[in-house]
Amino acid sequence: MSLRNSLIVYRKELRDMLRDKRTIRSMVIIPMVAFPLMFLGIGYIGALSSGEAHREVSPVMVEGGAHSPKVLAALQKFPGIRIVPYQNDARKEVSDKKIRAMVTIPPGFDAAIASGHPEQVSIGYYQEDEKSELARDKLQKFFDDYRDRVAREALVAHGLPASLLEPFSVKAGNVAPPAKVGAAIFGGFIPYLIIIFCFTGAMYPAIDLTAGEKERGTMETILSSPVSRTDLVIGKFLMVVTASIITAVLSLLSVGVSLAWGGRGMMGAAGSSLKIAINPSAVLAVMVLLLPLAVLFAAGLLAVALLAKSYREAQTYVSPLIFIVVTPAIVGTMGIDLNWKTAFVPILNTSLVSKEIIAGTYHWGYMAAIFGMTCVYAALGLAAAVHMFNREDVLFRS
Amino acid sequence: MIDAVELCKNFRDKKRGDIHAVENVSFTCKPGEIYGLLGANGAGKTTTLRILATILAPSSGTANVAGFDVVREPQKVRAHVGFLSTATALYDRLTAVETVEYFGQLFGLDSATIARRTNELFKALDMEEFRDRRCAKLSTGMKQKVSIARTLIHDPPVMIFDEPTNGLDVMAARSITDFIRQCRDRGKTVIFSTHVMSEVEKLCDRIGIIHGGKMRAEGTLAEMRQNYRKDSLEEIFVDVSGDTR
Repeated sequence: MSLRNSLIVYRKELRDMLRDKRTIRSMVIIPMVAFPLMFLGIGYIGALSSGEAHREVSPVMVEGGAHSPKVLAALQKFPGIRIVPYQNDARKEVSDKKIRAMVTIPPGFDAAIASGHPEQVSIGYYQEDEKSELARDKLQKFFDDYRDRVAREALVAHGLPASLLEPFSVKAGNVAPPAKVGAAIFGGFIPYLIIIFCFTGAMYPAIDLTAGEKERGTMETILSSPVSRTDLVIGKFLMVVTASIITAVLSLLSVGVSLAWGGRGMMGAAGSSLKIAINPSAVLAVMVLLLPLAVLFAAGLLAVALLAKSYREAQTYVSPLIFIVVTPAIVGTMGIDLNWKTAFVPILNTSLVSKEIIAGTYHWGYMAAIFGMTCVYAALGLAAAVHMFNREDVLFRS
Repeated sequence: MIDAVELCKNFRDKKRGDIHAVENVSFTCKPGEIYGLLGANGAGKTTTLRILATILAPSSGTANVAGFDVVREPQKVRAHVGFLSTATALYDRLTAVETVEYFGQLFGLDSATIARRTNELFKALDMEEFRDRRCAKLSTGMKQKVSIARTLIHDPPVMIFDEPTNGLDVMAARSITDFIRQCRDRGKTVIFSTHVMSEVEKLCDRIGIIHGGKMRAEGTLAEMRQNYRKDSLEEIFVDVSGDTR
C-alpha cells in the first residue's frame, strides 16, 4: 500500500468533483439554500396559521341550552366564542369543520346544581384540529370558571370563606438548564440530520467514482496504471468521506442559521418563550463521534455501487440503503434510552449517544465503546470495498 | 519483450457455466516488432491483452512482460507498459495536460520529468492548441492524441493496443496506425489486436490468429501465405477460424 498513490488519486478525484455541477449541487447548494427556505417557509406558514387560529372567534353549538338559560347567557358573553343556533346534526357540523365544538347540557341542569346534585356537561370537539382544540380549551375554561363561581356562591351562602375552594395553588415551571431543554427539542434532530447528510453526501460521489467510471470507460484506464487497487480504492474512499463530511457540516450550519433566524416560528409560542442554548462543543463532539459513521457509509456505498455497471443501476442499488440508515436514525429521535443493548446497534447507538451529548451528558464509557464499535464496522466496510475492487467479476461485470 | 506461456482464463457465468475465454495461448513478441493478434469478436483477444496488461489475472499459465512476471509482479509490469484501447476513456472534467500529468504521477515520475515529458509529447503530437481544454470538449481525434500522450508519459518499453482504431474515422485511425509504427521504430515491443485485416497486413511483423480462446495459427504474413497456400489474409483467417466449425 502506498499513501502517496492514494493521495494522488484523492487529489485528482477532489479536483474532478469540484468541477462536477451535479455533486456541487447536492453537496453545497441544496443544503445551503433549501434548508433556510424550508425552515423559513414552514416557520412563516406555521406562524400564520397559528396566529389565525388564535384570533378566531370559535362558532359553537349548544345542545340543551334551554335546560340552563344562565349558562347560555354567560356563554354568549364569553369572549372568543360565538353561539350559533343549534341543529340536530351538531356532531356532523363539528366533523365537517363548520363549527369548532359543541356543548351538551343535560336536562334539569340548573335545578340539579341548585340542589347540589353533580351533573355532567359534555364538550364535543375535533381531535387534532388546532382550531377545534382551541375552542375546546375556551369552553373548558368557561365551565371551570362557572363551576368555581357556583361553588364560591354556595360557600358564601353557607357562611363559609371562598378560599376554601382553593386552599393552595400549584405552579409548574421549567428547572432544566437551557442546554437540556434545547437537547429535548433538537437533541434527536441534530444527530438525525447529520447522519442523513453524511449518507446522502456520500451517495453521489460513491456512485460517480465506481459505476460512473465503469460507464464512462475510465475504470480500465486507471486500472492500467501501476497504482494498486487498494491504493485506488483508498484514494476514492477518502474523496467520498470528504464529500460526506462537507455535506454534513454545511447542512448543520445551514440548519443552525435557519433555526436561529426564522425557525422559532415553527415551535409557536413555546419556542419563543424558551431560552434554548446548544453548546457548540457538544456539536463538535457529535461530529467527532459521527466520523467513523461517515467512514462506514463511504466504504459501504463504494462497495455496493461498484457492483453496478452504470450510474442508473447503481442508484437502484443504493437508494434502498437510505431506509436502512433512516430507520435507526428516526428511532433514535424517539423515546428510546441508551443502554448496553442499544449501544450495539449501528447508527442507532451513535444517534442515541449524540442526543445525550447535546443534552450535556457525556457517558464516556458508552462514547468510547460506540466510537470503537463504529470504527470496527467502518474498518469492515472498508475491507469489503477493497475486496470488491480486487474482484475481477465485479470490476468487469458484463 | 513479451513472452506468453500457456495463458488460460476461465470465467464463471450463471447461465452458461464455465467459460474458457483463453486456452493455452503462448507466443513471443520481441522489441522492435509489431505482433498482431487477429480474431473475431469474442475470440479472446481483449482477455489476452488485459492479462498482459495485468488488468486481469490469468487462471493458469503466465507471461513475462518487459522482464517482469504478470502473476508475481503485476505493478512492475504495469509500470513498464503503455495500454491503449477504445475502452480506455479519458476523464471529462480534466484538461488534456492535467490528464497526462495525472498519469505521470501515477507512474511515479517526479514533477520535473513530468513537465519535460509532457512538453515533449504535446509538441510531438501537436497538442499545444488544446493543452488546457477539458477532455469533454475535445474532438475524437484530439482525445486519441491525449490517450497516446497518456500511454507514453513514462516512455514504456512495451505497448499494448486493444482494437485501438475501433469506431474511429479514417484520419483518427490513421494517426493511431502511424503512432504504432513509430513505437516499433523506436525499438518498443508492440502488440495489438484487431479484426481489420488491412491493418494487420500494413503493420504487423508477426501475426497470431486467435479463435475460440485458442491460438490457431502464428507466423509472419509470408509464412502464413505459404502454409495455407493463400494470398489473402482474409482467406487465411476464414480458413484458420473455420477449422473449428
